[in-house]
Amino acid sequence: MGSVVALDTLLDERLVWRGQALAQPAGVQPTGHAVLDQALPAGGWPEAALSEILLPAEGLGELQLLWPTLARLTQARERIVLVAPPHVAFPWAWQAAGVDLRWMSIVRCSSRDALWATEQCLRSGSCGAVLCWPEKADDRSLRRLQVAAETGQTLAFAYRPISEAVNSSPAALRLIFDAPGEVRVLKCRGGLAPARSISLAAGQ
Amino acid sequence: MRWACILLPQLAMDAALRNREDPDAPLVLITGPSQRRVVQAINPAARELGLRPGQTLTAAHALTRSFATAEYDVAQIEHWHRFLAAWAYRFSSHVSLDYPRALLMEVESSFNLFGPWPRFEARLREELTNLGFRHRIVAAPNPAAARFLTNVHDGLAVPERQALRDVLGSMPVTRCGFDRDTATAFERMGLRRFKQVLALPRDSLARRFPRQVLQHIDTLLGDRSLVLDCYAPPDEFDQRIELNFDVESHQTLLFPLRRLTGDLAAFLAGRDSGVQRFILSLEHREGPDSEVPVGLLGAERDPAMLFELARGRFEQLQIPGPTQALRLVARDLPSFVPEHRELFEERPQQSVPWEQLRERLRARLGDEAVQAVHALADYRPESAWQMADAGSAGTPAELPRRPGWLLRRPIALHEFSPRVLAGPERIESGWWDGGDIRRDYYLVQTRSGQLAWVYCSVEQPGRLMLHGWFA
Repeated sequence: MGSVVALDTLLDERLVWRGQALAQPAGVQPTGHAVLDQALPAGGWPEAALSEILLPAEGLGELQLLWPTLARLTQARERIVLVAPPHVAFPWAWQAAGVDLRWMSIVRCSSRDALWATEQCLRSGSCGAVLCWPEKADDRSLRRLQVAAETGQTLAFAYRPISEAVNSSPAALRLIFDAPGEVRVLKCRGGLAPARSISLAAGQ
Repeated sequence: MRWACILLPQLAMDAALRNREDPDAPLVLITGPSQRRVVQAINPAARELGLRPGQTLTAAHALTRSFATAEYDVAQIEHWHRFLAAWAYRFSSHVSLDYPRALLMEVESSFNLFGPWPRFEARLREELTNLGFRHRIVAAPNPAAARFLTNVHDGLAVPERQALRDVLGSMPVTRCGFDRDTATAFERMGLRRFKQVLALPRDSLARRFPRQVLQHIDTLLGDRSLVLDCYAPPDEFDQRIELNFDVESHQTLLFPLRRLTGDLAAFLAGRDSGVQRFILSLEHREGPDSEVPVGLLGAERDPAMLFELARGRFEQLQIPGPTQALRLVARDLPSFVPEHRELFEERPQQSVPWEQLRERLRARLGDEAVQAVHALADYRPESAWQMADAGSAGTPAELPRRPGWLLRRPIALHEFSPRVLAGPERIESGWWDGGDIRRDYYLVQTRSGQLAWVYCSVEQPGRLMLHGWFA
């Protein structure tokens, strides 16, 4: 330690970012889970951006995380597209969650075409949300999706295995499922990621 | 100013050039019997090489060999004349093909829709240039005057009859549409301008010349009305581009394909219809033609979209052999309903409407690629859903909880004693259609915390089958 630097000078010279300076914008795309909304800097899903959901296994509540959003969008007559979903979307459960199936489209294609189809849907700007399950998506293809989501002003969601958590990603938001119904924010643009897990069931 | 004439001075050459990728390369159109081939028309690049219309092909080859040749095809000229009439039909309800290589259209009643004449004319010129046809346009109070003024003028607009008399008066007599003998006679009499003919007493003209001469003068001045046929557009589109050489790759075929779809779009705009289904066929040297049907869910007519869709289907085709010609046939032309759009759109301007996006996805991924899931009233999970073109609205049935993901095929659950959270729920149904099932469904939690929907068949007790995830 050579010399003592007063904190004030550092702050005045704007060499230190204080973290809490950003104003909290009103959540335009609320997740539908009050606890999660509070934890996210945008007060909801990052708008016109890619959100990544990392899963250790299926059946942990990954659809319940999105159902309130999808229900809200379809009831507002916005189209949602599922690109190459891994299983059949069982219509009764989706209807029970409030999703209007008239506004939900499913694109069936090989995994090779899935990224292309997702990008087209995002870029077109005619969809409210696009869900995809990329199998082998590298940093570059994810960045394409992110740019496409920005161009088309569309919400993009990518479900990926938890092994991808160690790799960096251009997604604006990365959520990890720790346990059934519990998510942890791994990365969120515009704020610090809260360290604790968030229980989805708690807010309801 | 009621009539516009569009003269197409180089219809044959333009039609031949627009099928070529490089319009600036020298090209001559030849005609005549095979013993004596004569150069009929040439493009500017060929003129620079020293070629002239009327030369024999042998003489032209003696000068240079670096030019391409094509047949001067009268049927093709007729075809393109009709095509342009179909295009012009968009702007006027009365289009006439009575004069060769010219389109006459009644324009005054279209001013309300297309704006005043200068703007209207600019639009006509722009579209003709995009289609690749050179043209001269004149507007005049009567159709005959419009036609013969294009012989000399371009871009002229004559507002009323007095002005027309002055403009016609300064025309050379040889360009006024008199037959050759009359025109020569006038010339030899020293009457070089039309106004000199007009100054002659009518009775002496009637005595010296056949009746048609006075009639023609009256028609030009608008004193005598001219009856013109009305053009009616055909009910189907059929166009063919013959390629100059055998083509085996998709890339080379894209240029003629773009031309064809562009022409189809222009034709559709003229008829105010859309296209729902068209067929692209590739004619091969040997074997049957390969056909690419392009089907759309809605009627469309945007040229870029038609090209993109045709291209999407086209690129999946395996071309069996060298292709000699490409043909586009559209028979089903339903009326075009413009897509409904909000005045204050929430989405950004550059957005592609959903219908167009759906067609794009279908074009590349197959007709069945974009679907919606449809709920059916059946207790059996396998029969409770169906893929359909449009999703259903129905209200959810009062049932125990159902999983969000249903596995397409149940698989065995490799776990000995999962924690049972709910169940059993007996589903026993389907004895009438052969899909008889008798199962006890449970909601279980695996050791890793996954919520699964498993069943135990009555026929095979003790064996747990995984059928869905409560995701």
